[in-house]
Amino acid sequence: MLLQLEDAVLTYGKIEALHGISIEVDEGEVVALIGANGAGKTSTMRALSGIRGLASGKIVFNGEDVTRLRADQRMRRGLVLTPEGRGIFPGMTVTENLDMGAYTRKDRAAIAQDLERAFGLFPRLQERRKQVAGTLSGGEQQMLAIGRALMSRPKLLMLDEPSMGLAPMIIQQIFQIISEIAQQGTTILVVEQNAKQALSRADRAYVLETGNIVKAGTGAALLDDPSIREAYLGVA
Amino acid sequence: MSAITHPLRSLQIPERWNAAPKWVRIGTIVLALALAFYLPFLNILPFAYVRTDLSPHGSDWASVLFLVVVYMIAAAGLNVVIGLAGLLDLGYVGFYALGAYSVALFGSPSSPVTEWIAQRFGLSEGWAVPFAACIPIALAFTMIAGVILGAPTLRLRGDYLAIVTMGFGEIIRIIAKNADPITNGAAGITNVPVPPGPEIDGRSFFNTSDAERWYWLALVMLILLIWLTRRLEHSRVGRAWLAIREDEDAAAIMGVPAFKYKLWAFAIGAALGAIAGLLFGSKQQYVEPGGFHLQLSFLFVAMVVIGGSGNLFGALLGAFLITYLPERFREFQEWRPFAFGVALVVVMVMRPQGLWPSRRRAREFADRRHEAQEAAVDV
Repeated sequence: MLLQLEDAVLTYGKIEALHGISIEVDEGEVVALIGANGAGKTSTMRALSGIRGLASGKIVFNGEDVTRLRADQRMRRGLVLTPEGRGIFPGMTVTENLDMGAYTRKDRAAIAQDLERAFGLFPRLQERRKQVAGTLSGGEQQMLAIGRALMSRPKLLMLDEPSMGLAPMIIQQIFQIISEIAQQGTTILVVEQNAKQALSRADRAYVLETGNIVKAGTGAALLDDPSIREAYLGVA
Repeated sequence: MSAITHPLRSLQIPERWNAAPKWVRIGTIVLALALAFYLPFLNILPFAYVRTDLSPHGSDWASVLFLVVVYMIAAAGLNVVIGLAGLLDLGYVGFYALGAYSVALFGSPSSPVTEWIAQRFGLSEGWAVPFAACIPIALAFTMIAGVILGAPTLRLRGDYLAIVTMGFGEIIRIIAKNADPITNGAAGITNVPVPPGPEIDGRSFFNTSDAERWYWLALVMLILLIWLTRRLEHSRVGRAWLAIREDEDAAAIMGVPAFKYKLWAFAIGAALGAIAGLLFGSKQQYVEPGGFHLQLSFLFVAMVVIGGSGNLFGALLGAFLITYLPERFREFQEWRPFAFGVALVVVMVMRPQGLWPSRRRAREFADRRHEAQEAAVDV
């Protein structure tokens, strides 16, 4: 197992957002975590990335207990998050943002290569590489956030709602790129409200409801599950 | 305000500056420096109207220049904390005071600390730490104080940090005022040492009446520190500060140990404040707690914010305006706080990013305004 989240409880003050959930991600997999607003998806991501500590539970990454590590320490071990919404550096240019992704690396030649690779994945970013990131469109910002995360050569790329606030066509495009990244060998954990896209591209998926995992299975199986279809895909 | 700044922008000064050949740039810098060093003797009309000693109640011109440069050093330090790392520090006067008190406590033969050391180790009467050795002591003291203040408080964000640091500034002053056996309390410490120098006409080179020499000393310090902070800003550390300021969580996610770098910003800012305080205390040759009121903290913040936080030269401009203008217009003494208040409000309403902001900072402001508008539309 590349990542194991065991009995994770996360609280905001007196409110418990996660009631002891467990998630596993194996190397090379694409795992989706779906759920409605307020189900605890982003909380799970915050806990995994280390932005927020767990009240109890355990996180094991690559055989190492990272529960007590800070966000930057986890990142150095290859556990990298693309945060929800506008998680980019608005005052920096596109290239500067991508360079920040390689902040912990010192191998200049390889960084330059990865920059080319990121531009290859996102030609739009290359066109706008000198533009200030805050002035990009929502879709471009999302691409930039993913590109920036890739610049760190993650072992596990965690994507928090990559489709949030984007037009359907752009969503399609972003998910295509996510699949492409997975095919290139990066393990992916993606959190989504857009269940259809996420499930159709995931090897396995978990369904999160009000802080509990209520269902788990392969993406295809969940897509066919009548209760999931009703609740998340809008088909009876 | 934009009507005022547009013609300025159409001059395209930054673009022209960057496009100018190297010798033009170096020549301009050398000329500006020469002018800066010549300023105390400026006596050619009409330029001499900038002097502050034209009226009988005016302040000594060279002393004003010295104070301007000292405050510029402090503003440069606070700019590291507020402008680069984005941490609102309202207790900066604490570091300034610590710098002044370090040189006073260890360098003055009449301070309780040196007296105690002399007695304890059987040193001769009138022994004191030499001035040059007081500088590393002051730097060490304030940087440690910066870390001690920062370690518990830098986990706080925004307003909370501002309030805690404000408390720190007051604590330093109150300790200085009440710890009589160490600091002489409200009476202060006399005989603060001056930098060594050749004796001229039987007086030491740095004395109380030839203020221009102090001004030159401070100016040399300032130039050195400008160079240092510029290097820092464009280093890996500077990039980390920038990332933290723009989005702390995102910075952490990208592997920036935010806490460590914030602590560094605090310590470096503290060190610069200490140098400013040290120069001030040494020139006065007298240090007392009344000189380090909370008000000075606000003044320092105002310099950085009005000037344009994030841009070193903006902060220096702010320090210049806020120190120089009140001295120049001393005749209107009773109107000064009023004018200051109005100016502050006008600048913050018309130009929240400051008079001379960093381009990046201006973009961040624009982005935040944009976000706020979007949020308003969403509701």
